[in-house]
Parts: sequence; C-alpha cells; structure tokens
Amino acid sequence: MSRKSHCPLLTVHHGTATIAGYNGQKGGADVRRKVLAAGALAGFAATLCGCISVKAPDKPIVIELNINIKQEVVYRLAGDASQTIDKNKDIF
Amino acid sequence: MARTTAFSALIAAAVALPLAIAPVAALAQRDPAYAAARSAGQVGEKMDGYLGYVTPPSPALKAVVEDINLKRRAVYSEKAQAQKATVEEYAFTSGCLLIAQTQPGEKYQAPNGTWQTRTSAPPQRDSRCL
Repeated sequence: MSRKSHCPLLTVHHGTATIAGYNGQKGGADVRRKVLAAGALAGFAATLCGCISVKAPDKPIVIELNINIKQEVVYRLAGDASQTIDKNKDIF
Repeated sequence: MARTTAFSALIAAAVALPLAIAPVAALAQRDPAYAAARSAGQVGEKMDGYLGYVTPPSPALKAVVEDINLKRRAVYSEKAQAQKATVEEYAFTSGCLLIAQTQPGEKYQAPNGTWQTRTSAPPQRDSRCL
C-alpha cells in the first residue's frame, strides 16, 4: 500500500490513508513521533500537510454506470427483453 | 373437377402467401453495413445494451451505428415504461442477453470494460446477468 509518496506525511491511496516517513523510508524517532501525531490527528495532519495525493490506478478506470441496477430487476425484465430483441432483429 | 381446381388454387394461395410475406420479413434483418462491421469486429455489444466501436469507425459506419443505437434507445424506453423499469435497467438487461447471443468472432465488452472476442466459451458477463 505504501508507494513512493510525494507527501511526507500522508498519502491517500484507494481510499485508505498510508502514513509514511519522508520518501517512504523508515524514519528515526523524530519521524516516528510525527507518524504517531499524524495517526492521532490524521485529518488535522492532512490539513497541515496540504498534500493529499490521490493516485490513479494503473488499470483503466471503469465507470460503473449501472451500479444501482439490481439483479432482481434484471431477472424480472429478462423475459420481456428477450422477446423485444427477437422482434427487432434489424437493430440487434 | 371444378372443386379440385378450386382446392388447388386454395393450396397455391396458402403456399404463395408466406412467400409474399418473406421479402417483408427479410427487411427486418440487419443493415448489411452493420452486419459486415459486426462480423469484422469493428463494432461490438456493450454492457449497457448499446453498440460500441472497437476500432475508430468510418463516417458511414458511425452513421449506421448511431442510428441503430437511437432506435435501440427508443425501443428500450418504450418497453421499460411498460415494465415500470428505467431505460438503463431495461437496456442493461438487454445488454446481458445480447452479449450472451454474440457469435464466435464477434466483439463484446467484458465487465472490466475491455473488448473481448467471443469464442465458443460463454462470454464474460456482469455478475448481475442471469
């Protein structure tokens, strides 16, 4: 989860926050203290830090437009849709 | 004899009638440009129930496909209303069926959004498809 971070304190990646040291290296006591502080006040730290990097995934982003369509609706409509396809062969 | 002739005429009419209808039924087939593009894998069935371009379309093909998609939308819209469903729900359900009905060699959109070529194996479909 911890990739190279442009942000010294906080990286938001896939909806989870990763708290890393400078350049992702394991830090000394000083960094650990910062990490603890950041962990306790992640939101506050984000404000102070001012650099939340949201990284795009490597794979293409699929925008799920049909997120609200339930399987039972598909089940209910399948019979009618099948007939519609058969009766309109020119456009299917 | 007269009865036999009349009977034969009746039979002839019964045989001729479907033949007369046949050319009308033939009109309800795919546009040749669409059929060719489909077989060539230039267009494919999308998950949302509409046709999509696998490769950049020629202006002529684009016009044909846009026309088909508009007609599909009109049909989905009418049928969805009758079924008290949304156009998107009806179109998505149709997309499930249309992807299932693709022939080997034709293109369809997989749930991850990529274009796939249909093989003899079942196509990759959305988990909500039946």
